[in-house]
Order: sequence, then structure tokens, then C-alpha cells
Amino acid sequence: MSGEIVLMVNGKPHTVQAAPDTPLLYVLRNELGLTGPHFGCGEEKCGACTVLIGAKATQSCKTPVSEIGQARITTLDGLIEEGELHPVQRAFLEEQAAQCGYCLNGMIMTTAALLWKTPHPSDLQIRQALDGNLCRCGSHLRILRAVRRAEALLAEG
Amino acid sequence: MADQTHNTNQGWSQQSGRPGSGRREAVWGEVSDRLDDWLAIEPDGAVTAYSGKVELGTGVRTALAQIVAEELDVPLDRVRMVMGDTARTPDEGYTAGSMTISGSGTALRNAAAEARRAMLKMAAERLDAASNELAVREGVISVSHHPERSITYAELMGGKAFNLKVTDQAPRKSPETYRIVGSSSPREDLPRKVAGQSSFIHDLKLPGMLHARLVRPPGPAAQLVSLDENSVKDIPGLVKVVQRGNFIGVVAEREEQAILAAKQLKVEWKEAAAYPRMEDLHTYLRRQPTEDTVLIDDKDFEEAFAGADRQLHASYYQPYHAHASIGPSCAVAEMNGEHVTIWASTPGPYPLGGAIAQMLNLPAENVHMIYVEGAGSYGQNGADDVAADAVILAQAVGRPVRVQWTREEEFAWEPKGPAMVMEVHGGLDTQGNVVAWDYHVWSPSHVARARLAGQLVTAQLLSGQPAPQSRFSFGAERNARTNYTFPAQRVTVHYLRESPLRASSFRSLGGAENTFANESFIDELAAAAGVDPLEYRLRYLSEPREQAVLKAAGEKAGWEPHPSPRKGDAEIAQGRGVAFARYENDQALVACIAEVQVERTSGRIHVRRIVVAHDCGLIINPDGVKNQIEGNVIQSLSRALKEEVRFDEKHITSVDWETYPILTFSEVPEIEIVLINRPDQPAVGAGEPSTVTTAAAVANAVFDATGARLRRIPFSPERVQAAWGGGSK
Repeated sequence: MSGEIVLMVNGKPHTVQAAPDTPLLYVLRNELGLTGPHFGCGEEKCGACTVLIGAKATQSCKTPVSEIGQARITTLDGLIEEGELHPVQRAFLEEQAAQCGYCLNGMIMTTAALLWKTPHPSDLQIRQALDGNLCRCGSHLRILRAVRRAEALLAEG
Repeated sequence: MADQTHNTNQGWSQQSGRPGSGRREAVWGEVSDRLDDWLAIEPDGAVTAYSGKVELGTGVRTALAQIVAEELDVPLDRVRMVMGDTARTPDEGYTAGSMTISGSGTALRNAAAEARRAMLKMAAERLDAASNELAVREGVISVSHHPERSITYAELMGGKAFNLKVTDQAPRKSPETYRIVGSSSPREDLPRKVAGQSSFIHDLKLPGMLHARLVRPPGPAAQLVSLDENSVKDIPGLVKVVQRGNFIGVVAEREEQAILAAKQLKVEWKEAAAYPRMEDLHTYLRRQPTEDTVLIDDKDFEEAFAGADRQLHASYYQPYHAHASIGPSCAVAEMNGEHVTIWASTPGPYPLGGAIAQMLNLPAENVHMIYVEGAGSYGQNGADDVAADAVILAQAVGRPVRVQWTREEEFAWEPKGPAMVMEVHGGLDTQGNVVAWDYHVWSPSHVARARLAGQLVTAQLLSGQPAPQSRFSFGAERNARTNYTFPAQRVTVHYLRESPLRASSFRSLGGAENTFANESFIDELAAAAGVDPLEYRLRYLSEPREQAVLKAAGEKAGWEPHPSPRKGDAEIAQGRGVAFARYENDQALVACIAEVQVERTSGRIHVRRIVVAHDCGLIINPDGVKNQIEGNVIQSLSRALKEEVRFDEKHITSVDWETYPILTFSEVPEIEIVLINRPDQPAVGAGEPSTVTTAAAVANAVFDATGARLRRIPFSPERVQAAWGGGSK
């Protein structure tokens, strides 16, 4: 049955109507109009739907909205602060790290979570962190360069 | 100086007799020569440029804007591209074949040159000056040495149309004076995308829009037996279960309700065999009736081949490949009486609109197609079919409907890149020189783009009729010929009338598979001759650009000449391989060198480094070209190492990322690129050429490392073990 659920998204509480087993992805996209996370597979196998729950990159296509509780959700546009792109977003833009850009959301969110936890990751750590994010256009090397650029931008503060 | 213009075709497609009529555009129909169909000067001085092509994630929107900005001498950010809208843009057929730059780019350049000439003429009158005294800078025309006497494009046009024809006679800027074309202008779409703003068809939301999911049959030959609407009657928000023939969709107020209804709906199908046994696929292909085209038939071939000192033979095999777009296809449609509007990521708004009109039994002008970007498609994925699904559902409920295919539907129903068999016979003389070359390819048509309703899955499900047999075959001849100057040759394309699995265009069409076979086989001949494979290729290339691209790759890679295979017996064997092609024999030139390590016990190939030298004539946007090359290499490497669509007799069984894995970050090699810019040569596409060389370069590197020859894609560890088990020494 549909019910009222309060979600903390991008720093603000939002009251939404949704059945408790509704995957978070559809609530974010359709109820809150957040078009950063995308539907890719619905099976947590591609990363297109990634959001941050707390500081953890989490695929939102299966996570039931009722299981989020008080945890803070951050989406791609929620990384923007006072109109300024987040350093990870800036790095992806500066490296032109996309072709079609459908997977960009997952790449950026996963990178943000990685660099939060591991500010100076090894090449292996970066590749392993991103392995669950699929890209069909073949932008991988640009994305890897963007992660390094983001690392530098974040270190500059 | 920006005003120095002279009539030159340097750096541009010269086949164009009229705007948009770039190479082979005739295949897709006539293209407008009305200047106002291509360009408008807005009252605020902005330039709107119209292209019937669409942005498929390759950055052509930016590249086309660069071309317009350059020719008109306006800042790049003043050019706004409108693409792929049947109510607003010219009909340029399908966006395909790396032809947007040569086709639409040439048309827009000619249109911009015509507009510039017209405005210079108007300015000469208004400023009372001779036109050779005028200079243009940032959309302002002024009299040389009297800059105070000036007028803007916007003031001249006053929001009016040109009412002129594009003649191709207007002076065009010389490439040496270019400032915008040739620069790595950043992509105009990326700022929105990194910020998560609505960018894709999936993100489109109309007032009153409903959500839909489909319930597809388990296989293409299955027939509906029964459907129990009661099974979903408890689902809140469900608006309608739509069933017509074998077509079933569920429409609901909310997306998750549609998902639930599609899952819960009880449907019984009668299944039937639709495919040959997968193990027999290539034997099956070889036994089908064919229509043959002989591309080369040197009259002394038989004699040369019979007289060869040594004859070699090899067969190569390509499985079906999935486009495997990251975002499954999606579309939105709205029907108002006899008029329909469809938002879709189709690469062919006009031809698809025609096919959908036919399906609905409406005149074509009643169907308004608006292109909105989807996830990368690399050919024909489900984008055309889902547009037709959306309109059938919108018609049934009388409200706008958004329909989203599932991951499984995308894999099961998208047309596949065709399976193929390639067979090559070569004759060598006593010195190891090629004296005869005989090439055969068996393939279904690579193009089955929807131009008729019956080609759409939706229409097939509605009618219960299979797709009509393709009326023309296309694509398997691409790069069947090599550019090598062998003395006696025969090249034959054997077209199958039907493809066991639904097939349509995938990046480079047959170019990748033919090049895999050709470039593997010349490597086999080089090995038989005991000659370094790069040096062996150079012997048979007569054009300086062909030689240059191969040498550039060799230099960058630090190629050390030696005949393959190496003599070694290591547990982890190392090798390097090369492949060369000129795309479509007269377009971009590519040389690719792969460095691999192969593990004896596991049979795993680790590709460590790929070097590509690339010559696509005049380069419009260097970083854009590099981005395309990187993408081509990674995607084609994924296809060569890992990809194969699996099926049983009734179903496609590769339906998710576990049953159809693609290359991951951990498997991506370093890629080094040498761009050869040739401002004096036509600008040709870069979206496909570097796809074709990867598989052969890797197979040749594995041979160099191990002595094992891989002739079957994908190069799975089992196949490597089987080939290497035969012994390399």
C-alpha cells in the first residue's frame, strides 16, 4: 500500500507518497524530478543508478525506499553547492570524460565516494572501485584521468 | 584575415553536388537546397543551424556548430544546433556510417558560405562599399580601414529569411585560415550531463504522462494463447492492459506500478523454435542459399593461384553481437486524434516517422518525430521499435505514454550485429610473395533500418507476421576488399537472404569482421613467408598515406621487426600484432598495434597497450577524434575478447550483463593515439574506422606470443587454450 515516506535528499527532507517496496530510483526520478541517476539494468549490475547513501555509493534500482530510513541521500545534482560544480564533476568536464554520458552519473558518484574514503587511491584501487560501473562507449581512460584530476582538485581544496 | 576567402574544396567532401548530398546520401533520398532549411540569423544575432542528423553521443552537435561558426565568422557559442525534428530540420535520413561530418557538415558549410556571401552583398549596398573591402568578425561586417562603418548580421537580416538556394558557388574559407574548425572545442552537452540535468529521452516528462512496460513473448515465434487481466486488477494506478495480437503492454499512473503489472500479468504463450542450434550456427550460415556479388575478379586469378608455390587456406568466424546500450530503449508518444507526436532517440526521425505512419495507416505528415538523445546506440538498437511501442500504447489510452524497455528486452529484441563466415585462400611464390588472394564472406544484410512498418517489432507483434525479407542487402561488402596491391585477386560477397537472428547495423557494418579476416590472413601469409608482419604489409601498399599511417603506428609503438611467432616457452607469453585498414577502402586510414600477454594455464589474454595511428583527412575537432578512437578501440576490444550473443532454439539467452559481459575498467589497456592531420584532404568520419582493426591486431599479437592462431571471435580463454594446446614450436 502506498504511504507517506520522508527522505533526506540533497540536504532537505522530502515527503513522498510511495509503496514501501518501490525502488528508490523511481522515487528520486519521478517524484522528486532528479534526473541524475538513470535506469540501466534494474539488477545492480551496471551502476547507472548510483547515488550516495551516507558516504557510500549505492545502486538505487533495487533498494526499497522504505529501507532508507533517516540516511542522507545525495544525487548527482546534489553534489553542486551554491551553483558550483563539485570538484569531481569539474574534473569530468575538464577531461571531457564521456561520450553519450548515460553512465556519467554512476562514474561521478562512485568517484566521489572513493575519493571521500581514499583521497589518494592507487590505480588498482580506482579501477576496482569503478569495475561495477559499465560504460559501453569506451570512455574508460578519460574517466580514469578524470579521477586523477579530481584527486588533485580535491587536494587543492 | 577572416575576409580572405577563395573557392576551395580542400578538406571537404567533393562528391557533393548539392547540399547534404555527401557520399551515398542518395540512399536516403533527396536533400533540401533551400538555404532557410539549414540556417537562420536570429534577431539577437544568434545563428540557428538545422541538421537532419542527430547527436548519438559522439559530439557531432559540437563539431557541426564549429563548422557553421567558422564559415560565418561568429563565435561558437552563438550557434545553436537544432537536430532531428521532422517539423523543423531537413530530411537527412539516418545518422549512420560516420557520414555526419561529410554529409551534414558539408551541407551546413555550403549553406553558411551561401549565407555569408548573401550578407556580404547586402552589406556592400548598405555600407556603400565594394564587397572586397569588407571584413567579417564575430558576426559584424565592417569596411576595411574604416571599422566605424559596420553592420551586424542581425541588423542586415532583421529576423527575415534568406529566400535563396544553396548553389555551392559561394566562396568558402580556406582551411589554412580556420580558427574554430580544428580546435578541441569542449562538448556543449556535457555541462548539463555532469550536473544531472535532464538530457536523455529517459528524462522527458510531459504533463499527464503515464508509464508503461511491455510484456513480450518469450521468443519471436511464440504465439499468445491466453491473457488473464484479473491477475493484475489489484494493482493500484493501473490504467490499461493493452493487447493486440502478440503485442502486450501495461499502462499505469506510476512507473513502479507498470513494472509490477508487467511482472504480475498472467500470460500463456505457445512457444516455437525460431533459431538454429547455436553450435551449428556457422555451418548453417554456409549452407543457406545466397546471392553473390563478385567485387574483384581478376581474369588471371585461377592461373596465378594454381601456379602458386604454396597455397594457404583459413576460415574466420563472427558470432552475433549485441549493441548493448547502457540505457535500455525508451520513448514517449502522444496522440491527438489523427496526429501523433513521438519523442524518441531514433537516428532516423524521417524514415522511422514514415514507417510508423504506415503502421498507423496515417499520412506521414501526421507523424511528428522529435529526436531526444538516448544512451549510445552504435547502430540500430531498440530505439526505433520502442518509439512504435509508445505510439500504440498512447493510442490505446489517449494520454501521453512513456515506455521503458527492460534490460532483458533490450538484449532479447534489439537487432544484432550479424554473424558471419569469412574464408580466405592465398598463394605464395617461392620467395614468399603473394601471387593470388581469394576472399569470400557469407553474411546476411547488415542494414534493416525501419523504412516499412513490417520491419518494426511492434508491427510484427500486432500482425503476427514476421519481418518482410530484406529487399536489398548492404554492408557485408564493406572492407571485403583490402587496399593491398596483390597481383591477382578474387573477392566475393555471398549474401544470405535471411538472418537467423534479427540483425541490423552495428558500428562499421561488415568492416570489422572483414578486416579481422583480411588482416589475420595477411599475417598468416607473412608468417609463412618468414617476414616481419609490418614490413610485409608495407610491400603491398602503394599510397603514401597508407604507408605513413602504418609507419607512424610502428614508430609510436617502438616496433621491433621480427617474423612471428617469437620463439619462447614462457608461462606468460608476450607478443605484439599489427593490423591496417582504410575504412571503406577510401575513407579514414587506421593502423593498430596491440601488445598482449597470454597466460598458458588459464588461456587468458591481457591486452596491455594499443597504439593507433589515424588519418581522417582534415580534423575538425582533435579531442573529439581522440575520444572516438578510444571508444572504438575499447568497444571493439570488448567485442573481440568477450562478446557473443547466446541462444537456444527458442530464445536469446544472453539477456543481462552476466550472460553478455563487456569489458570492465580492470581490463582496459593503455591506448596511445597518433593523429595525422591532413588539411589538404577531405574531412571524413572518425566514428567507426578504428573499430575495424582491433580484433586482428590482438589475434596477431596472440599469434606472435604463442604461435596459436585465433580465428573465431570472441577470443575466450577456452579457445586460446585449445589453439595453444596444439603447440607453438
